[in-house]
Amino acid sequence: MKSILTDRQLAITIERLSHQLIENHLDFSNTVIVGLQPRGIFLSDRIYRNLQQLLPGTDIPYGKVDITFYRDDYKSNKGLQVPNETDIDFSIDNKRVILIDDVLYTGRTIRSAMDALLDFGRPAAVELLVLIDRRFSRELPIQPDYTGRTIDAIITERVKVLWKERDGKDEVVLIA
Amino acid sequence: MSLSVKHLLGIRDLTRQDIELIFQTADQFKEVLQRPIKKVPTLRDTTIVNVFFENSTRTRISFELAEKRLGADVVNFSASGSSVSKGETLIDTVNNILSMKVDMVVMRHSATGAPHFLAKHINVPIVNAGDGINEHPTQALLDAFSIRERLGGVEGKKIAICGDIMHSRVALSNIYCLKKLGAEVTVVGPPTLIPKHIGAALGVNVSYNIRETLEWADVANVLRIQLERQNMPLFSSLREYSLAYGVNRKLLDSLKKDIVIMHPGPINRGVELSSDVADSGQSIILDQVENGVATRMAVLYLLGRNE
Repeated sequence: MKSILTDRQLAITIERLSHQLIENHLDFSNTVIVGLQPRGIFLSDRIYRNLQQLLPGTDIPYGKVDITFYRDDYKSNKGLQVPNETDIDFSIDNKRVILIDDVLYTGRTIRSAMDALLDFGRPAAVELLVLIDRRFSRELPIQPDYTGRTIDAIITERVKVLWKERDGKDEVVLIA
Repeated sequence: MSLSVKHLLGIRDLTRQDIELIFQTADQFKEVLQRPIKKVPTLRDTTIVNVFFENSTRTRISFELAEKRLGADVVNFSASGSSVSKGETLIDTVNNILSMKVDMVVMRHSATGAPHFLAKHINVPIVNAGDGINEHPTQALLDAFSIRERLGGVEGKKIAICGDIMHSRVALSNIYCLKKLGAEVTVVGPPTLIPKHIGAALGVNVSYNIRETLEWADVANVLRIQLERQNMPLFSSLREYSLAYGVNRKLLDSLKKDIVIMHPGPINRGVELSSDVADSGQSIILDQVENGVATRMAVLYLLGRNE
């Protein structure tokens, strides 16, 4: 098991990603944030909190989307997925949507997430923010707009993002 | 996680974990049904046939909506106007439908055990939408789901099932479901409409006094008098039944608390339930109907993989 980001590096990376979002979206007057269930929401929670501190008084709509019903492996995947909560209580029509997930790998999850998102309206634009981009592993033509760290990992390796809220500590590790 | 069964033939075969998994899944489908686009593509490569050998409004529409909102292709079959009247057997009818590449069967039949028989002979998932006087599992699931939604849980709650227990598949499925979830159940009605040994057999309390029972209960699930299944007189008249066992405003107002009123439909208004009660704030009858779609979506989703 190899450490990719320590807790301190993770905090700095999330801080940097938050600033990059502000650089592009300024006052967030037409932007909404959507985290991906189940593990992307730990990252989106932190970014949301960061943005609130950096932009006091700004009310940024923040939702969560679950992709279970949109997966392309319902019949082939081993073990059934138990769905998580989807909570988007605002309109995304003509809004700029920032999708947030922890690890970008094959791109299939993001494909499903975009399908799910479009059931809530027609956004002006959709951007993708990920903490870890496993490049060279893509099965669909999907690329992130904001990346925490790009890594090259072979297919048998697994990237795991640990969160204090759930796993007891903040760290990103590569499991061989 | 998946269900312990391949078919949904009855609540009797389910574990408590199965029921809780169905509820957990139904919670998320309920959210889907609130969206501007009330549809997900999960079962887009699945074809489902609804085989109804007996009349139905709610159950049939509810299943069809659940299937369509999961993106499935739907074929409807009803016995009237089909080759059943030419003497085709049940298994021939279903096998012919299945050879047209159907992936799942939802069936209602007036004969007890018809879906169990079918499950032995075909290898696609079967959902029982009511068989004779045996079970109506999806009704029990949506009933318990509605209780859980209204009261925050089912465990430890006191549920009265009122009326024609003898002929009701809703009663039997409800008893299995509620007992598995840890509720206390009392069946109440005229002695002629309550099976003799039900108390010992199913672990429920038996009462012949509706006032006492409602005094005890948190929820009253009032059943329809099933005149079509009664082949001998079991009470003297509908009016007498209504006077002795009908749930009306006066009876509810005389209780010390507000209890929740349920009915699986169709209501015989003025017989087992008066209109002012059915349409009151205490009644969750229309919530039951709404929850039926989400619950059935969950069942179809969980059975649809047919591993």
